[in-house]
Amino acid sequence: MPKVRGKRMMDLLTVNNLNFYYGSNKSLDGVTLPIRRNCVTSLIGPSGCGKTTLLRCFNRMHDLYPGNRYEGEIVMDGRNILDKGEDLITLRSSLGMVFQKPTPFPMSVFENIAYGLRLRKVRNTALLKEKVEKSLRQAALWEEVKDRLKESALGLSGGQQQRLVIARTLAVDPEAVLFDESTSALDPVSTQKIEDLMVELKKEVTIVAVTHNMQQAARISDYTALMYIGKLVEYDRTEIIFTKPKHKMTEEYVLGRFG
Amino acid sequence: MSADHRKNLLFKALTCLAAVSVLGIVVGILAVILMESFPALKHFGIGAFLGGRDWNYTREIYGALRPLTGTVVSTGIALLAAVPLSLGTAVFLTEICPHRLRGAFGAAIELLAAIPSIIYGMWGLFVLAPFLDEWVQPAVGSALGGVPLIGSFFVTKSAGGVNLFSASLVLAVMIIPFITSIARDAFEQVPDVLKESSYALGATRWETVRKVVSAQSASAVGGGVIIAMGRALGETMAVAYVIGNRHASLDSLFSPYTTITSVIANEFNEAGGIQLSSLFTLALVLFIANFLALGVGRRLVKGKEK
Repeated sequence: MPKVRGKRMMDLLTVNNLNFYYGSNKSLDGVTLPIRRNCVTSLIGPSGCGKTTLLRCFNRMHDLYPGNRYEGEIVMDGRNILDKGEDLITLRSSLGMVFQKPTPFPMSVFENIAYGLRLRKVRNTALLKEKVEKSLRQAALWEEVKDRLKESALGLSGGQQQRLVIARTLAVDPEAVLFDESTSALDPVSTQKIEDLMVELKKEVTIVAVTHNMQQAARISDYTALMYIGKLVEYDRTEIIFTKPKHKMTEEYVLGRFG
Repeated sequence: MSADHRKNLLFKALTCLAAVSVLGIVVGILAVILMESFPALKHFGIGAFLGGRDWNYTREIYGALRPLTGTVVSTGIALLAAVPLSLGTAVFLTEICPHRLRGAFGAAIELLAAIPSIIYGMWGLFVLAPFLDEWVQPAVGSALGGVPLIGSFFVTKSAGGVNLFSASLVLAVMIIPFITSIARDAFEQVPDVLKESSYALGATRWETVRKVVSAQSASAVGGGVIIAMGRALGETMAVAYVIGNRHASLDSLFSPYTTITSVIANEFNEAGGIQLSSLFTLALVLFIANFLALGVGRRLVKGKEK
């Protein structure tokens, strides 16, 4: 028992034998892995392997569309977040998500960051200002936008918009941020900034990153999970996955022989 | 080769002719309206005509103020009633309605747009007007009639339900399908990932619609409302049936009144001289207003789609 308790402290999420169905199509098959606190975990694998599907199970994004079904469990703070009674609003704000393309809302920079706070009925202007500045600083965007907080967020560059989305997510104090190929639409310089940011942010939050880019997984992540056709092939410390993996398939994938 | 070439030239010439003739019709109509309205404009002056209260056959003084007021007020009430209903329907269709019912529900609403306006007029006259007269007007009158200054505006002064309010509600029903379908298209244009970004921050469906979907589609929806406004301004038969056609001061929402279109429809056949020219001038005002509404509305609707 003490061992289990210790594990719970270390892991933000524990995925146990997770199956996921889009209608009758089984897209995740018996996935089991931990998501360690204050680490970067990368989910890699060829297109259609289920890595994004898995990521979207964590914040129950699939519930927005009809006909999707989960089996198994994802344990967080001792409860299965796949249970019918799970409060999705609280769950989603504690597991923030950053998408492939930047998704600034058509409103000012300030209002974008304040969005989640206003949903929580934060009306105190001083507090809002303080949180907006703090979040923008955390996302390494403050210096670039501090004089244009009232301008539309749509006027920022792509890389700035993606950091804005990260700041918007951080503003509601999440436990984790889920990145869904969040640098694939960005130029190399912006990508570098976001990667640096992920490594910096893991001091405060847990990071899960779906990525197509194996070098990126190797550079930034502490743990890496390789998926293939809905199954978890191998999960381990990143250096092991990339240097001495247990499975032949993992070795071939990280060497670029398939995928 | 040369035969092909000749065919090609003929083809170009024919399509060009078709396009030019359509343009010619528009220009021709505008020219006729301008020419025919010139005597009245010259006789009364633009300001005096637009601001003139009288529509007097014996003294031959014609002013646009009452028909203009009727058109503006009826269109305004129609928009007030139709916009919330249409937006609510569009939100339901895009965000809440189960997917398998969306097609049927949407088609039913588009069917409203396929009903000829004369049928709306008949419905307004035989069903809506008596209903309002019996059930709604007395209630509104007793509720608001005692309010100082504006109270008498809500009191029924002539029976039958043929009045400005009935006409406005018929107009509202007629423009609902247009606003609904433009708003639905605009809401559907909002990328899923933008909505997901809102949900991912812990927003509810209502919060996402109210804050993100509305901001993203505001200009297209605004354009749709303006296009619908243009339709309401120009709608003729349904209004002519139920408005009562009375040239008098607007003493109550529930009194018969007049609009630009209804006065033209009612008097055009028997009018001559300066009265006919005055009717053409009203037509010119309507033409310009409609042209502007359609132009601005289209631009707004298209602008966001890019």
